[in-house]
Amino acid sequence: MASKAVYSHRDPMLKKRDDFEDILEERRNSSDLRYALKCYTPVVYKGISPCKADALTNMVLQSSHLHYVISQVSKETGRAVDDVQDEASAILEEMAQRLQLSTIRFFAFTLSKVFKTLFRSICVNEEGIQRLQQAIQEHPVVLLPSHRSYMDFLLMSYLLYTYDLALPVIAAGMDFMGMKFVGEMLRMSGAFFIRRSFGGDKLYWAVFSEYVKTMLKNGYAPVEFFLEGTRSRTSKSLTPKLGLLNIVMDPFFKGEVFDMSLVPVSISYERILEESLYAREMLGVPKPKESTSGLFKARKVLSQNYGSIHVYFGQPVSLRSLAEGRVNRSQFSLVPRHIPKRPSEEIQNFVNDSAYMLVRAQEENMVLKPWVLLASLLLQNHHQSQAPGQKPGMALDELTERVVWLRDLSRQYGAFLHWPDHRAPSDVVSSSLSLHPGLVKISEGRVQLALELGGDVGPKESRSADTTPEEELLSRAVIVLSCASYRNQALHVFLRPALLALAIHAAASTKKQEVFYSFSFLRNMFSNEFILVPGATVQDFEEACYLLVKTGALQITQQEVLVTERGHRTIVFLTSMLDPFLQGYQVVCRFLCEEATEELTEKQFIPSIRRFIIKHLLAGRLRYTEVLSSDLQKNALAALLRLGAVQKLKGVDQGTLKVNTVMVNSLEDTLGGKLPTQKVVVARL
Amino acid sequence: MASNSSGGSSDRQRIAQQRLRVIAGHLQRPVDGDSAVLAAEYKAQGEQPGSSREEKTVPRRRQEIMKWNGWGYSDSRFFFNKKGQAEFTGKRYKLSGLIIPALKDWFESTFGASLQHKTPATPILNSSAVHPPTLNETFVEELKSTGIPFSHDAEDRVFRAHGHCLHEIFALREGKFGRVPDMVIWPNCHNDVVKVVELASKHNVCLIPYGGGTSVSSALECPPEETRSIVSLDTSQMNHILWIDEKNLTAHVEAGIVGQDLERLLNESGYCTGHEPDSMEFSSLGGWVATRASGMKKNIYGNIEDLVVHIKMVTPRGVIEKSCQGPRMSTGPDIHHFIMGSEGTLGVVTEVTMKIRPMPEYQKYGSVVFPNFEQGVACLREVARQRCAPASIRLMDNEQFKFGHALKPQVSSIFTSFLDGLKKFYITKFKGFDPNRLCVATLLFEGDRERVLQHEKQVYDIAAKFGGLAAGEDNGQRGYMLTFVIAYLRDLGMDYYVIGESFETSVPWDRVLDICQNVKERIVRECKDKGVQFPPLSTCRVTQTYDAGACVYFYFAFNYRGLSDPVHVYEQVEHAAREEILANGGSLSHHHGVGKLRKEWMRETVSSVGLGMLKSVKDFVDPNNIFGNRNLL
Repeated sequence: MASKAVYSHRDPMLKKRDDFEDILEERRNSSDLRYALKCYTPVVYKGISPCKADALTNMVLQSSHLHYVISQVSKETGRAVDDVQDEASAILEEMAQRLQLSTIRFFAFTLSKVFKTLFRSICVNEEGIQRLQQAIQEHPVVLLPSHRSYMDFLLMSYLLYTYDLALPVIAAGMDFMGMKFVGEMLRMSGAFFIRRSFGGDKLYWAVFSEYVKTMLKNGYAPVEFFLEGTRSRTSKSLTPKLGLLNIVMDPFFKGEVFDMSLVPVSISYERILEESLYAREMLGVPKPKESTSGLFKARKVLSQNYGSIHVYFGQPVSLRSLAEGRVNRSQFSLVPRHIPKRPSEEIQNFVNDSAYMLVRAQEENMVLKPWVLLASLLLQNHHQSQAPGQKPGMALDELTERVVWLRDLSRQYGAFLHWPDHRAPSDVVSSSLSLHPGLVKISEGRVQLALELGGDVGPKESRSADTTPEEELLSRAVIVLSCASYRNQALHVFLRPALLALAIHAAASTKKQEVFYSFSFLRNMFSNEFILVPGATVQDFEEACYLLVKTGALQITQQEVLVTERGHRTIVFLTSMLDPFLQGYQVVCRFLCEEATEELTEKQFIPSIRRFIIKHLLAGRLRYTEVLSSDLQKNALAALLRLGAVQKLKGVDQGTLKVNTVMVNSLEDTLGGKLPTQKVVVARL
Repeated sequence: MASNSSGGSSDRQRIAQQRLRVIAGHLQRPVDGDSAVLAAEYKAQGEQPGSSREEKTVPRRRQEIMKWNGWGYSDSRFFFNKKGQAEFTGKRYKLSGLIIPALKDWFESTFGASLQHKTPATPILNSSAVHPPTLNETFVEELKSTGIPFSHDAEDRVFRAHGHCLHEIFALREGKFGRVPDMVIWPNCHNDVVKVVELASKHNVCLIPYGGGTSVSSALECPPEETRSIVSLDTSQMNHILWIDEKNLTAHVEAGIVGQDLERLLNESGYCTGHEPDSMEFSSLGGWVATRASGMKKNIYGNIEDLVVHIKMVTPRGVIEKSCQGPRMSTGPDIHHFIMGSEGTLGVVTEVTMKIRPMPEYQKYGSVVFPNFEQGVACLREVARQRCAPASIRLMDNEQFKFGHALKPQVSSIFTSFLDGLKKFYITKFKGFDPNRLCVATLLFEGDRERVLQHEKQVYDIAAKFGGLAAGEDNGQRGYMLTFVIAYLRDLGMDYYVIGESFETSVPWDRVLDICQNVKERIVRECKDKGVQFPPLSTCRVTQTYDAGACVYFYFAFNYRGLSDPVHVYEQVEHAAREEILANGGSLSHHHGVGKLRKEWMRETVSSVGLGMLKSVKDFVDPNNIFGNRNLL
């Protein structure tokens, strides 16, 4: 059954993955124009009821669902039905895609040119394409790509066009609409636009959900959206957003389609176009508003080698098999299906779990380049060698030796590593390093992060003599965060063993039970930071134990968990991997205890904590520049809110944060290993 | 195939006879413009229609006229003749003695079956394979003194140990018998039943009421865990109309009467009940009450709960009945509703007062072809909305339409076949209907002539709005004929590795299309998953319309070559299909009942409290579980 393929652990080494084909190769050898004008005849869903884009909007406007909501809104607000109806039309107008083959052909042509200059190769698993083709014929398809770059959705459509597959309609954020011309172009290539927030707007929700469902049910086109909701600035997968997944699953729950295929797609970039933009954004240099001219500028700056892209079309997941035994669909038979209803807890849990499983499926098939391992090692080295008297950086051959060790370890953990085995490791290392001249430098045979130079990312002038220490710090942080984003690509591989390693470190004793408590505390603490399937603590613990025992790092008896002699190196590596996060969360706690005033609002949180951290970093009380990442800070706050250590006030003081100092303090101490994991906290899991 | 072996001369004879019959049919034809064509014409005829009043269809020894391991009359069955053409034997049905040329191709291409691969049934009932009866001696002694006839003959017992579920018939064909009743009793009247129930209660004997034996819910299966002596109480001899009240248009009837006898006898007085379930040739009035039956003409006459005015039932606590025949009462929950659908768990229905109607003056069949099933359903919905449904309106999907076509008897003249060709051309080429998508609705109108014609026009007008084209009376008629012979066809399939069955549900209008599509697809998917080597036949039809929904029938059959345990596979698929029905907002059953087959879903269907209510009724009425068939609860 397809569902089993979503996620299965035990021995990850046994995972079978498809081979890749480079699609740019053909583009380099034949005419782009002919390619853009090729005969395009995709297979379609067998149950398709063909219709034009306008017919689609009519179907939406005439749906009983929308009628119901319109009359409800009209009753509640006292507005005339026609008035509300007009608003609904306007919303739909603003939202709707206008997919046109000619636009796709235009993109096929221009993107071929762009891709060929930017990238060395674009590799696709063709077996995945075949599976997708099959799936498209059988059932409505939902495409769920990972989201790391603006490129993602154009790339997806480009690929589907290349392989003669049905072109998707894509849920895109409204911010694209800022770019007038590009916005319209994207619309014509299948994008439909949704407002970022429409919290209580019933009408908007109704139009939007009905629009998506109509396209899906009729087999109009595969529906594509990003489970992560937005681009991940850190290269870690983001915890999934459930809104759209809820919407697309609804027709299945209500029996309107027999089944649907959810297809996770993993898009891995060797080098992300937005790399330094992301780092700056997280450091508080505001994100440039998406504008057409900005995009062109970006493109100009980025006319360098961005290596390769790997796109892995995962095993289509049958929603039916996923829901088997978990969702009782007959719960929908007591209320007419067009009346919107809050999903039951059963459904919410199911959607949530599915979302996590799908994100994990994306993670699993992300291709890792040797550089990712190098970045992890270099970052760790950077932090450890900050101690005075140490020579900065690492000798090239030492780095090579360590990365070979890490290569083998990560393979044993099931990483999808693209390591050219036919080349000498030193070769691999030096060519990987050369792709990232802005991030690393090699001097006197030693490799280190390109910190002193400020990298090529910061404007040259900023390195003039009169830079403040703060500016210096921030420009170093840009490099560190960029490196961290590469390390983060590998995080999911090491996450569970690393949590276990931390737990062993933090636990009061080597007793298995204690270690487990500690593990589940950490897991719970970090569940906004990493992709940890809710409720799967025991499985994760077992998986981590299994991996560490398999690689000889641990010995686990009935009662005890012991680190072996030769396991030390692994454990140190793993703990260092998560250490920045551990420290970061502690700093957030400390900030909340020490600095949080009565009036601290959610809005002020990031600027104030940033000031706090800069102060500590400059004073040398804090090792990890990474902690400056607003992503980490937000996640930590979200975790504290979830645990109830901080509360968001409602009413007059809307958005004010109320800190439970005692609880935050004890969480900080527990994170720091000063307090034993309290069972109370565990019990909250 | 013994009849076949006698060689060419008999073949020639048969063809000659058949020609005579066809000619005779043509001669009769012109008359039917005025005279009423009765539905009875399309089902089996008791020996000679209208010969004698005392003629009753069901003898005590059913084996005299009926098959022991298949459907219906022993003399009526399908077989493939030497030329590989399908034929239907006997004289009872319109199709009897006719050749059905297209059936073989349809059969082979639909199921991937082959006439070379046969799975014949065990020819005779081997009485020695039947467990000897466990008798309650004192009960038997006292029963003897009442003079009520009984038997513990193996054949009699086997006949009453099963309904017509696939697994039941399959086992019989293999000569396998599970637990069978230890004894059969034939009470002749209400008082006989009272005596039997008293004795059974006194001696702690398990009673299982038996009417027509057409159950498809495992309701007649003897619970294997039952250790007491099991007595089958066969009501077939309680088959008299006790009185007819023309002032109130009611008839008081003994509950053992089978449908065709009831209609025939009432027809003789110019009346009918209009209750015509597909099984009406063999199913009994008591059975209808006990399962909440539904008839094909319910749009005019109503379902059994609408037809019943008064019921008398014998329970271990005594006799339950209302004190008057008022047409409606407000006297607490209607006790009839404890009885209807009780499936033999509370007692034996002995006498029923039923509404009757004057026989319709005029009857007319009809059919409409739609470009696709969606349009067809939309049309039925509109007809229901306007509350103008004819006596019967049914919508067959494309597969069933093709099936119906495969059952066309040999055409008698070049002209007819030319006409058929022309019709086909008109529909598919001229009107652009896709032959693989179109579907057909069959109609039956009843009433006085003028109104029928008016009604017909109204319905055809609605149909036209949904792209429907009138497709003639013939198609309609054949659709209804199929109802009565389809059960015989299953036996033919079973001779060639094909097993199948039908099941039904009721569902709100807005879910009809989705449930049809999803259940059909689920069946196909499950068959594949369970290792069935050939694509199954998975088809449906909408057979009844209501204000708020419809009744949907699914037919499902597959070729089981290559499977080691076909019945198990079959049951798994049917189970999955039922799950799918429930998940899509369908009911557990529209009229087949629950029996033991669908018991597992009762709690979720009626809620725990609901189930508790039913249980407490059972506990009060039958504390010692004398009526121990263990259906329903």
